[in-house]
Amino acid sequence: MTTDDPVGTGTPLLSMREVSKRFAGVAALSGVSLEIAPGEVHALVGENGAGKSTLIKVLTGYHRKDAGDVLFMGQRFEVASPQAAQAAGISTIYQEINLVGLRSVTENICLGRRFRRFGFVDWPAMHAEARRLLKRLDLSIDVRQPLDSFSIATQQMVAIARTLGFSSRLVIMDEPTSSLDDREVAVLFGVIRQLKAEGLSIIFVSHRLDELYSICDRVTIMRDGRTVLTRALSGIGKLELVAAMLGREYRSVEKEGATAFGHKAHGSHASLLSAEGLAHGNRLRDVGFEVASGEIVGLSGLLGAGRTESVRLVFGADLPDRGALRLNGRPFVPREPADAIAAGIGYCTEDRKSEGIVPDLSVRENLTLALLPRLTKRGIVDEKAQRRVVNRFMERFGIKCSSPEQAVRELSGGNQQKVLLARWLALDPQLLILDEPTRGIDVGAKAEIQKLIRELADRGLGVLMASSEIEEIVEGADRAYVLRDGRTVDCFAGERLTAEAILSAMAHGSEARHGAGDAGNG
Amino acid sequence: MVDRGVPANFGLSFATVERQAALLALIALILFNAAVTPHFVSLRTFNVNMTQVTPIVIVAVGMTLVIATAGIDLSVGSLMAVAGQLAPIIFLGKIVMLPYPVAIVLAFIVPVVATGLLGFFNGVLVSRYRIQPIVATLVLFIAGRGIAQVLTNGNLQTFREPGFQWIGLGRVGGLPIQMLLMLAIAAAAAWALRRTLFGRQVLAVGGNERAARLTGIPVARVKRRVYLISGLCAGVAGLIVVAINSSSDANQVGIGMELDAIAAVAVGGTLFAGGKASVIGTVIGALIIQLVRYTLIANGVPDAAALVVKAVLILLAVWVQRRGRTA
Amino acid sequence: MTRAAAASLAGRYGVLVALLLLIVFGALRYDHFLGSFNVLSLLRYNSMFVLVSLGMAFVIMTGGIDLSVGAVAALGSVVAALVSPYGPWQGLIAGTAAGLVVGFINGLIVTRLRLFPFITTLATLLAAKGTALLLSGNQSVAVSYASGFTDIGQADFLGFPIPAWIALLAYITGSIILNFTEFGRTVLAVGGNEDATRLMGLRADRVKMIVYTMSGTLAGLAGVILAAQFGAGQPIEGVGWELFAIAAVVVGGTSLMGGNGSVGTTLAGVLLLGLIFNILNFENGLGWISLSAYWQSVVRGVFLLVVVVMQAKLVARQRAGHTS
Repeated sequence: MTTDDPVGTGTPLLSMREVSKRFAGVAALSGVSLEIAPGEVHALVGENGAGKSTLIKVLTGYHRKDAGDVLFMGQRFEVASPQAAQAAGISTIYQEINLVGLRSVTENICLGRRFRRFGFVDWPAMHAEARRLLKRLDLSIDVRQPLDSFSIATQQMVAIARTLGFSSRLVIMDEPTSSLDDREVAVLFGVIRQLKAEGLSIIFVSHRLDELYSICDRVTIMRDGRTVLTRALSGIGKLELVAAMLGREYRSVEKEGATAFGHKAHGSHASLLSAEGLAHGNRLRDVGFEVASGEIVGLSGLLGAGRTESVRLVFGADLPDRGALRLNGRPFVPREPADAIAAGIGYCTEDRKSEGIVPDLSVRENLTLALLPRLTKRGIVDEKAQRRVVNRFMERFGIKCSSPEQAVRELSGGNQQKVLLARWLALDPQLLILDEPTRGIDVGAKAEIQKLIRELADRGLGVLMASSEIEEIVEGADRAYVLRDGRTVDCFAGERLTAEAILSAMAHGSEARHGAGDAGNG
Repeated sequence: MVDRGVPANFGLSFATVERQAALLALIALILFNAAVTPHFVSLRTFNVNMTQVTPIVIVAVGMTLVIATAGIDLSVGSLMAVAGQLAPIIFLGKIVMLPYPVAIVLAFIVPVVATGLLGFFNGVLVSRYRIQPIVATLVLFIAGRGIAQVLTNGNLQTFREPGFQWIGLGRVGGLPIQMLLMLAIAAAAAWALRRTLFGRQVLAVGGNERAARLTGIPVARVKRRVYLISGLCAGVAGLIVVAINSSSDANQVGIGMELDAIAAVAVGGTLFAGGKASVIGTVIGALIIQLVRYTLIANGVPDAAALVVKAVLILLAVWVQRRGRTA
Repeated sequence: MTRAAAASLAGRYGVLVALLLLIVFGALRYDHFLGSFNVLSLLRYNSMFVLVSLGMAFVIMTGGIDLSVGAVAALGSVVAALVSPYGPWQGLIAGTAAGLVVGFINGLIVTRLRLFPFITTLATLLAAKGTALLLSGNQSVAVSYASGFTDIGQADFLGFPIPAWIALLAYITGSIILNFTEFGRTVLAVGGNEDATRLMGLRADRVKMIVYTMSGTLAGLAGVILAAQFGAGQPIEGVGWELFAIAAVVVGGTSLMGGNGSVGTTLAGVLLLGLIFNILNFENGLGWISLSAYWQSVVRGVFLLVVVVMQAKLVARQRAGHTS
């Protein structure tokens, strides 16, 4: 399994050719091709929206493909439900353990298979089977305990044991290590090697490059619903991998103005926000950055690097386990978003739908939602003032809707984003946090928003912008931090702020800075 | 952008097919009855229907606010009973004899304050302890009626106290006081929902609680307040009911009221998932249910059948709501 | 044992301890408390609630709720009374079947139309009540004594009231189903995580369909016992039964969110709440205090409150423990 050639020796276990899937006219998968040999650990990588999850859902029976062929174990593979996929030999282990935490380990492993004696559940046989399967994974626990009394790592082992019990040939693991510490990852990898030796194949979906290189044989990179590259991991360097994921030529650096950010800030301003040693849960280990007023600071990094988690801490949406924040030089400890808002911070969230818009309220309502207390006199909303604010921002941002009374959920993504942006700017904040400000927005609206952000920064607004788009960071940010697996690994500004530098930092972590001595972060 | 119907000039953000359908249904019912049912267009019929529907509307108004935050209040019937017991105790001087005007005034104020506090208690359970609203309000559903029963040992209190009963039997300009109260409360709630900071926050909390929190809205406080209001409404409704009946039976007052209120809210188009609410819709919903019942009875159909019809109406209304959402 | 595990054990078995303490308290304090008259009439009367709570427990374990059980019991009592002249078995089957039909309708609406159980069973509550009133002509329906139907409610078998036997049988069956059948385990799985259960290949919809049907059937049966015990089918009875059942299930340690539960502790919960009434009666009899029977509602409400707050704290602690 070390050839560069995409086709391995012998009959592939799984073969997907030219598979396509559209949702409401938008192509989620176009001509995807994937081949997995028996006993192979195959990495599947790609950024948000690349199509990985749609691919998996087609394989596991959630969706039906629109076109293309899928062959599994030499036969045509067409399943209509996850149950059918499981019965056919394809199992999935999800990032969120999709088992029933309240139920015992035994039940989670065995439910769905028959263990009957005289028509009743044969508990002793089930327990024995569960123990046997877990033993293959070198695990010995009390199978009668509820699943959620064990660590996530153990729960994942249980999920794997379940797939073994169903005689799976292909196991898809979706971000399996995101909740594991280094020791647990080592155990998981041991199990994977064992499964591989038994002839099972694994599709390993992850963004943690170091792990991919240590456990996987080949990699398929997806981007924009297509499979763009399939190569043995020994034949592709980290930088090239990252570049392919993000769709960039890793040798050249484009600086032509792919964004509308325009110029950069000059001169130094007072430090507005400083973060140090932030840690939270499993995702954030040690993050630090600084934002000055009038400055646009970018937070760059791959999916799962910890950008959103970091900004949520700044906004008081979550509470840090460790670390310190300072605002205008003084300690800042927001316990609730209301605290951050009162301190002059706004936060335009990554997910418009689940955390941004209130779908049934009008454009006017959504726009002024955070400003409402200031537009209120003696409990009553001053609608005239409200309308003035709305008109001003609608004009300024070019928000297109039939009227301010239109329900916000009917607007296009770009216009919704503008409404949300206006929501925060209406507060006249000193610091604006943007998380993926131009995601899912058409080109025109994108340019408008980027131009707007620069104008505001020029007027003194401090901007902390988390983005997965390299151009946005390179051209829009005056300074940029790169996050990798929950840590800040580098910071670039001025001349040094280039796409290549960012890519390199994403790929190699602090190796790039410290050289070969530092083996990176796990 | 597709224009899905710009609402009327007063900026109501809730002009949907459902509400217009409800209004049309109401009008159709009225016309049908005017044509078919003898003596429908008479003051007496109007009064009878008003008397029956008023307490339901008042409770349903409070319920609308609670449901708008994606909650529910099962305790309203029991709170009505509490208020209904406290009032006579006060003006009949059962605990302490008070001078006449003071007794009457307190008989209005104390019960409503009491149910308001009990409502606030519900709110604390839901917001601070994060108990599911159905369970949280279940506590007072059970215990509240018990409290009402304990106050008078389950005994019926009968009375003749025009000063107090004015709230149920009195008239101003020919219109029953209770009807005016109902209109006032409904109007106040509708206005508050639309024009006040609190009202908009209620809808935001129900519409997207996470987003609401991220915009600085004090979600817990908003929730406590809606349950408080629901409690106050239940109190007022309880006073009206006992005033009309000239008696107060802790075992009977408010029985089934939570169902009637929830039904009115459902038919009126307010979503149980929260975020979209119409007080006017609730009023219309209550009137529809009342009229359906009346139509059936006046035309010889047994009262019991009206229950079945009410059930079908509720299911239909909720089903239509869900279809509208996923369309 | 971790604190969380200990807390969870307390949550689940605390009711048994409380029940035991209450029994001991009663036995020590009142004469005749453990006497056969008291025990048997307690069992006879509460058997109806026991049945209804069993059905409710299963529904709650799937994460749903059934508000129609009280009205269905009333309907069952009316139907049973109407059919009772034909014989005891006929009356029993008819009443139970009426409940089964309503339960089946609930299941259909919840699984096919996908309406929330709360609003669905609210509506069927009204429909069942209306039907009961219609069938009975708005009044109690006298039961036929001649056919022997009343034996179901009033007679004994081997010294124990027949209703208690029925309830016991139901509980034993329920416990076996819950612990020893795939169906029972799936019920708990559905309540624990419905999506995961589907992903695991189990038939969540079928299970939900069955539990609602079961709940209706048991409520119908409870109605049969009601009619047999009191000699009449009563269309307006059953008010508040569903909430009593919910309270009993919750007090018994089952979470309203579903996924966990035990038939035994539900039984204990019903007995506990029923015992409170009993003890209040005795206390009044002693003359030390004069607590009206109405205090029982208050006390039950307080019990529910305590249990619910404890459960909420437990859930909060678990949630906090899992985010790291």
